[in-house]
Amino acid sequence: MTHLLPLALRSAWNRRYTLGLTLIAIALSVTLLLGIERVRQDARDSFAQAVSGTDLVVGARSSPLQLLLYAVFHIGEASNNMSWASAQTLAAHPAVAWTIPLSLGDSHRGFPVLGTTAAYFEHFRYGDKQALQLAQGKPFSGLFDVVLGAEVAARLGYRLGDPIVLAHGMRGGAHADEDEHEPGHAEHGDKPFTVVGILARTGTPVDRTLHIALEALEAIHLDWQGGAPIPGFSIPPAFVKKFDLAPKAVSAVLVGLKSRAAVFAMQRHVADFRAEPLMAILPGVALAELWALLAVAERVLLAVSALVLAVSLAGLVAVVLAGLGERRRELAILRANGARPLDLFALLAFEGCAVTVAGAFVGTLLLTLLTALLGPWVEAHYGLVLRLAAPNAAELELLAWVIAVGTLASLLPGYRAYRLSLADGLTPRV
Amino acid sequence: MPQPLLSLENLIFRWPGQAEACLDIAEFDVAANEQVFIHGESGSGKSTLLNLIAGVLTPQSGKIEALGQPLSALSATARDRFRVDHIGLIFQQFNLIPYLSVLDNVLLPCRFSRRRSDRAGDAKQTAATLLQHLDLDAALWQRKATQLSVGQQQRVAAARALIGRPEIVIADEPTSALDAARQSAFLELLKRECAAASAALLFVSHDQRLAEHFDRRVAMEEINRAAGAQE
Repeated sequence: MTHLLPLALRSAWNRRYTLGLTLIAIALSVTLLLGIERVRQDARDSFAQAVSGTDLVVGARSSPLQLLLYAVFHIGEASNNMSWASAQTLAAHPAVAWTIPLSLGDSHRGFPVLGTTAAYFEHFRYGDKQALQLAQGKPFSGLFDVVLGAEVAARLGYRLGDPIVLAHGMRGGAHADEDEHEPGHAEHGDKPFTVVGILARTGTPVDRTLHIALEALEAIHLDWQGGAPIPGFSIPPAFVKKFDLAPKAVSAVLVGLKSRAAVFAMQRHVADFRAEPLMAILPGVALAELWALLAVAERVLLAVSALVLAVSLAGLVAVVLAGLGERRRELAILRANGARPLDLFALLAFEGCAVTVAGAFVGTLLLTLLTALLGPWVEAHYGLVLRLAAPNAAELELLAWVIAVGTLASLLPGYRAYRLSLADGLTPRV
Repeated sequence: MPQPLLSLENLIFRWPGQAEACLDIAEFDVAANEQVFIHGESGSGKSTLLNLIAGVLTPQSGKIEALGQPLSALSATARDRFRVDHIGLIFQQFNLIPYLSVLDNVLLPCRFSRRRSDRAGDAKQTAATLLQHLDLDAALWQRKATQLSVGQQQRVAAARALIGRPEIVIADEPTSALDAARQSAFLELLKRECAAASAALLFVSHDQRLAEHFDRRVAMEEINRAAGAQE
């Protein structure tokens, strides 16, 4: 075959524009295929990284997915709260090591505000059991202190000491890009907060959250009723401490157990809670359920990119087959000068295979380049951390498939060349 | 009488799916170094005959023997090998691979045949000598084949047919794309170089005027007994 290789290369070079276009088409679809695969894996990873080390998530009885969504991802709203008394009973249970009460409902320019306690900074874990780190400042200690997630600070340009006004409800400025809130939307303008800490980036929903004390959440709603300020009634910030600021209810509680073995017993215990209907979910299980729900969309994406690949491989075969008519003379000359029909088959198959392999290689390279260039932007805008890494086993398998299918596809032109050279003999009927 | 270089005996060839034979040749011999003019109108079976001699087609019955080897008994691969080892081919036109240089076109058989390569010695030097003998200036050798005139291209094809001194050169209407003056010039060059390389020349044409250049002339109608000979 060594005598064929230089010929194949010269012949390919002679048709470099057509083949180049085919190569680009294959490279782009490989980029798309691998890109979707990678975003899918990375999304799943950062999804699963959102919470770790928490054994149970407890909330008012509703759907497990809903509880997971608002407790972990701060998406949507709790339909029912659980009472603070229940939360305290739970915290006092002998099997419980720690609890983190979570209270949601307010927002700041589209970012959710989370009312919690100091336990959050101590016990909350994400990713591979990593603790939260403060990039600047300290956890909240004063009543009107706020600790920002990295994304909130970066996007809104806040620094330590900046004042922040919270908005009531989650709808206010649903998009952080909007500079203005909906007109007339209720704000807690009378009780501004001060930024005392900014968390280090985690790549989880924490980055998009503002953290305040549960008592602060209580304080800003003292003079509110039914989701609106009570007309003609206002309590200035200086006087709020005179009131009882102990929270009356929370949205959910993250629970850490002393022993993981107790998790199912504890789950039953919560389900049988006397005082009010509660439920406890295992975050890992609920995450898997949520992911299964998204799997359909995921598979559709993968199917679309597989189709794109199929189309460009079909393009490759079409280009080579169409070129065969023009190359018939060339093949007959080669045959007259000693090339066997099998040589011509190899020549064509090799060309298709080489274009596919080169396309796969260029596509992978392009993806790496795009990841390097766009990774930071994607992370900043979508909170999705894209890995900049060599293809992993799954991606290599995908590439192997691309190359295998491409090679198989190029056997078709090869076979056609073989048949033609047999039929034409020395005198092509062109 | 010495053994002929090429010998056809009771040869019958029929295209698949056709009832009538296309070729039916009782006997046809070519001696070593012989130069033969084969005359035939189109449809007389001459291209089929060349394909048979070159081993691309195999007859339904009869014998083709070249250099003492029964060609019709060889496998397809062996016939391919035999062709490149022992036969140089020149066609009507478009003989050259467009993306190769003149020199690389001439060297093509050496790429596929160890025997031709060995017999050519220093292949590049031999190719250069052949090209010079065929009046092709050294300035042209690195050019793409497509940049040459048709006459020049045919001479390059002749050089390629002769490199590595194959025993048989088959030329199928090589001059039909040339004007009359160039036809005889090309023919004389080809005859001279075939003689120099001790290759037998089978020259096939429908053009009777070229017959005068040859001592031995054969008409397809004489040797082909097939009545409805049609290609």
